Amino acid sequence: MSNTQAAYLAHHFSDAEQQRESAKLGMWIFLVTEILLFSGLFVFYAVFRAWNPDMFINAHRFLDVRLGALNTIVLISSSLTVALAIRSLQLNDQKNAGRLLLTTILLASVFLVVKYFEYSHKIHLGLLPGKYFSFQGIEGTNPHVFFSVYFVITGLHGLHVIAGMLVISWVLLRTWQGEFSSEYYTPVENAGLYWHLVDLIWIFVFPLLYLVG
Amino acid sequence: MTQHNPQSTNHVLPLKVYFAVGAALFVLTAITVGVSFIQFGAFNMVIALLIAAVKATLVALFFMHLFYDNKFFGAILSISLLFVAVFIILTMYDTEKRAAIYQEKGGPIQKEAVIYQEKAP
Repeated sequence: MSNTQAAYLAHHFSDAEQQRESAKLGMWIFLVTEILLFSGLFVFYAVFRAWNPDMFINAHRFLDVRLGALNTIVLISSSLTVALAIRSLQLNDQKNAGRLLLTTILLASVFLVVKYFEYSHKIHLGLLPGKYFSFQGIEGTNPHVFFSVYFVITGLHGLHVIAGMLVISWVLLRTWQGEFSSEYYTPVENAGLYWHLVDLIWIFVFPLLYLVG
Repeated sequence: MTQHNPQSTNHVLPLKVYFAVGAALFVLTAITVGVSFIQFGAFNMVIALLIAAVKATLVALFFMHLFYDNKFFGAILSISLLFVAVFIILTMYDTEKRAAIYQEKGGPIQKEAVIYQEKAP
């Protein structure tokens, strides 16, 4: 593969700008399906919270606000680094872009480590969904429902974090191989859009689960 | 060939825009955590969601470049949020108001749920 246009411009596009716009359009439509996927879980939250408002407030105190806030900071920082990585590519600075993408992956793993400690603490106490719930001491009807909501939303979000790490690792490898420049960096942009969506979801999950009460 | 720069329509934002948005997101996170320890009753939810909406807007406009990109992408996102609102409002209209018509189904399914059958002797 030479470094000319033909290396990245697919034959069915008339020019690179059209190719880029099409790729981003496809990515946005995919992101919309992700939003609708998560919205089902937000409906789950809204309906059961409206049915058991006191139980939600009592149960949410068993989540650690400090760890949740720490993960919010970590995820926002990772969004910032991926946005800066794209800016570096716009300026043709592949070295810096690689460093920033690597930082993003490291921040994502910090997020997962914090999540691991939260999960193991809850598993230890028996704060688990549905019939696995064995904790005594939360006032209100059906406290296991809160932990069903908690594990399903954060679990699906966690899977998205892992998927995002894989996608960013893939564009990082391609960045190191010198495939991207200020002329062509659409895959990094789309990976970044995915990562920002993971951040966007968490921006709503954090106050809804950890704070409101 | 080198003259042709296909992504020249893309704005390179100054670094300070990214850092300003990042700083605003950190400050808003601190505010939302702080406010959650003050009791405003139902307004806690309103405040938390408003702050989250502001943070999400900042991420979408600047980190996701919607402010500078083709406006069609922003329209797609906005329309999807409209459908999320329809989803939540219609579902909750059912779950909250069904008792008016059908008394027995007016609450969450409890006695019939599998998990309670298993806990029974």
